[in-house]
Amino acid sequence: MLIRIVASTALCLVSCVTAFSARAADETPPLPHQEWSFDGVFGTYDRASAQRGFQVYKEVCSACHPVKHLYFRNLSDLGYSDDEVKAIAASYQVTNEQPNDQGEMYQRPGRPSDRIPGPFPNDQAARVANNGALPPDLSMIVKARDGGPDYVYGLLTGYKEPPPGFNMLQGMQYDVYFPGHQIAMPPPLSDGAVTFADGTPATVPQMAHDVVTFLTWAAEPNLEPRHRTGFKVTLFLIVVAGLFYAAKRKIWAAAH
Amino acid sequence: MADLAHSNAGGAHPGETRRDFLILTATAIGGVGVAASIWPFIDSLNPSRDTLALSTTEVDLAPVQPGQRLTVAWRGKPVFIDHRTPEEIKAAQDVDVSSLRDPQSDAARVKKPDWLVIVGVCTHLGCIPLGQKTGDDRGPYGGWFCPCHGSVYDTSGRIRQGPAPQNLIVPPYDFTGDTTIKIG
Amino acid sequence: MADTRPGAGSRIIRWIDYRLPFVAMLQHELYEYPTPRNLSYWWNFGSLSGIMLVVMIVTGIFLAMQYTPHADLAFDSVERIMRDVDYGWLLRYAHMNGASMFFALVYIHLFRGLYYGSYKEPRELLWILGVIILILMIATAFMGYVLPWGQMSYWAATVITNLFSAIPLIGQRIVTFLWGGFTVGNPTLNRFYALHYLLPFVILAVVLLHLIALHRFGSNNPLGIDMKGPQDTLPFHPYFTIKDLFGLAVFLLVYSFFVFYAPNFLASSDNYIPANPMQTPNHIVPEWYLLPYYAILRSVPNKLLGVILAFGSIFLLFVVPWLDTSPVRSARFRPIYKWVFWLLVIDVSALGWVGANPPEGLVVTVGQIATLYYFVHFLILFPLLGKLERPRPLPFSIATAVLQGGGGAQLGRAGAPIARP
Repeated sequence: MLIRIVASTALCLVSCVTAFSARAADETPPLPHQEWSFDGVFGTYDRASAQRGFQVYKEVCSACHPVKHLYFRNLSDLGYSDDEVKAIAASYQVTNEQPNDQGEMYQRPGRPSDRIPGPFPNDQAARVANNGALPPDLSMIVKARDGGPDYVYGLLTGYKEPPPGFNMLQGMQYDVYFPGHQIAMPPPLSDGAVTFADGTPATVPQMAHDVVTFLTWAAEPNLEPRHRTGFKVTLFLIVVAGLFYAAKRKIWAAAH
Repeated sequence: MADLAHSNAGGAHPGETRRDFLILTATAIGGVGVAASIWPFIDSLNPSRDTLALSTTEVDLAPVQPGQRLTVAWRGKPVFIDHRTPEEIKAAQDVDVSSLRDPQSDAARVKKPDWLVIVGVCTHLGCIPLGQKTGDDRGPYGGWFCPCHGSVYDTSGRIRQGPAPQNLIVPPYDFTGDTTIKIG
Repeated sequence: MADTRPGAGSRIIRWIDYRLPFVAMLQHELYEYPTPRNLSYWWNFGSLSGIMLVVMIVTGIFLAMQYTPHADLAFDSVERIMRDVDYGWLLRYAHMNGASMFFALVYIHLFRGLYYGSYKEPRELLWILGVIILILMIATAFMGYVLPWGQMSYWAATVITNLFSAIPLIGQRIVTFLWGGFTVGNPTLNRFYALHYLLPFVILAVVLLHLIALHRFGSNNPLGIDMKGPQDTLPFHPYFTIKDLFGLAVFLLVYSFFVFYAPNFLASSDNYIPANPMQTPNHIVPEWYLLPYYAILRSVPNKLLGVILAFGSIFLLFVVPWLDTSPVRSARFRPIYKWVFWLLVIDVSALGWVGANPPEGLVVTVGQIATLYYFVHFLILFPLLGKLERPRPLPFSIATAVLQGGGGAQLGRAGAPIARP
């Protein structure tokens, strides 16, 4: 009886796992797993890495990619002080919500309560600037792709020469992990593209690692409260389950 | 109708008290868990972070001439900004504070005497007092007059007549420049 | 007559109870209620399912206070809940993973019923009410999944509503009617939201009927034989209240693992992309609990037949009490069926695997065999096995089986059921 239960549970698990992995596999090599500070049940966001990642986003990616779900005020979660957040916000021009007295929309310096503005006013303008391709919003990208952080890291570091005989379409780049291997985005990272404020050498793997940490935080800012609460809940439930089990045994002793 | 599971006639023996203790402890801790899990639901109804972030408004005062009044929106409510004339300032300062229903000196209600910044919501039942537009009835003290139940405010926004219990509220604000303020 | 015992609180309760016998009913149905003493932990899943329904309703109501049901605003309103509403992430993840838990519990509960013959006379209506609950759950879950308006929300809605176009003659008209437009769009979203809010309360009402039907004859038990007298039973409180509470604690551990540590494990990453009517995702996959029906749908080359068989796989469950011809309830005493049952479990798991993968190669073959087997299992094996099998001798009573580890032999039904007064 027990064996049958275990066997069918195993079968269900296997079918679940293959279901999820089946989607990723299509002559793409397996995605290497990176070590992330937010891995595991005790994971947290490495603030220094996330700040470097924000710098990479700001100086490299934001030329084409918006992060519309982020507000400037969210940056204080990365360790920036209130004054630093105000300064970062003020360095951007944002469109005011209401028109001026002449009925015209106008730009003003950003405030912490504003969303971080994207590089283009709308999708069509973005396509025009990028040969018809639409650079996706990055604020959810880590959750919106199978493989999550490992996938984005793999994509950023996966630019290679196409293998011999591979038919590259015009204007496309070869990337090992991008589905279909042909991506419209040229390799965004190159060694030394950014000078990190904390002096960390800006190699491509380093920048990719940091920007993925930043983007994972952007997609899942509540990971740490979630892990903390989860720890307390789990501990509590283990104690309660133990107590209820002991009570159950005691009560049922009368029945046997 | 005896409850068979809990009959304790003639004194409990150790097995039963231990069982009762277990049940009591388990229920108590379980109850704590239930209570703790109610909090997130209630807290989710508190103002969310995006609402809290929109709690400041900046105003440029330069266009407002002495004697003029400006109304701006702050946290969904009207804020009255009065560029007071010297006469209005004097009238506000020359009042015996102890005679007021809600004693407050004018100095305690302004940062620069020229500028009065108050929330334009009557402290009685919440109507918006008149006095911001030219031609409005400002009441006998030249301040504001609430048409709903007749509350009268002076040139410092203090309650002088009528049913309102408190002076018009001064919101938190700061001068970010000579002629700009940030409310909230 | 007014009871004169002291205590203001209990006097008030007694006053109410005399006029509306609420406490008396609880006493009867929850405290004293005679329950077979040999119930195993497989009997915990009913109460767990009921608790999950309440959890889904409560989290759902609080989410509804923050969600905006408009195609242009829905996705962003969900992100606002996740980021800006205090504990919004907890409400959302609890509701999202709660749906998966709810289905897992109900499926186990259903398979328990299949194994132990809980659907057999006199509990046919109890079973039918359960199938109605399952159908309502599927409808509710489908509509709920559309609400975040992600890519999978939009395209799953498109694919499933398009199924109705298989109906001859009027199919496309029906689909346009369901959509309220020429594609899935804002009108569709709005009506799905209204219905998604409504149906759980319909489920609640059917669960009430389900419980009333249950209490008419009492629970089945692993031996499948009727309760004959007090020696076969235990009062529900405290024996089964404490057992249910323990089961609840263990279940909550599993549930909270998903909510706090793997909240997106069971989800599709595509649903974190805002809906784009101009671009279909590479693989449209429903949530795991709908995969077997999806697999059956795709396994049939004919569109109308595929729709009929997919819906039919659920509606077939209604007639299970009449398909099964076995004279005994529990598979414990059915030497062939106790193995055949596991074939169904494997079959449904295989169908789940098929539904999750693109329909090519081995997946297609397995899908067709598994679909065929599913219908063979119910339509052929159920009637045949009951006739061909020789059941093992049933114990004399629950009490003798439990207390003495086996009792006298008696083939066939073991006495009349205890009817509730």
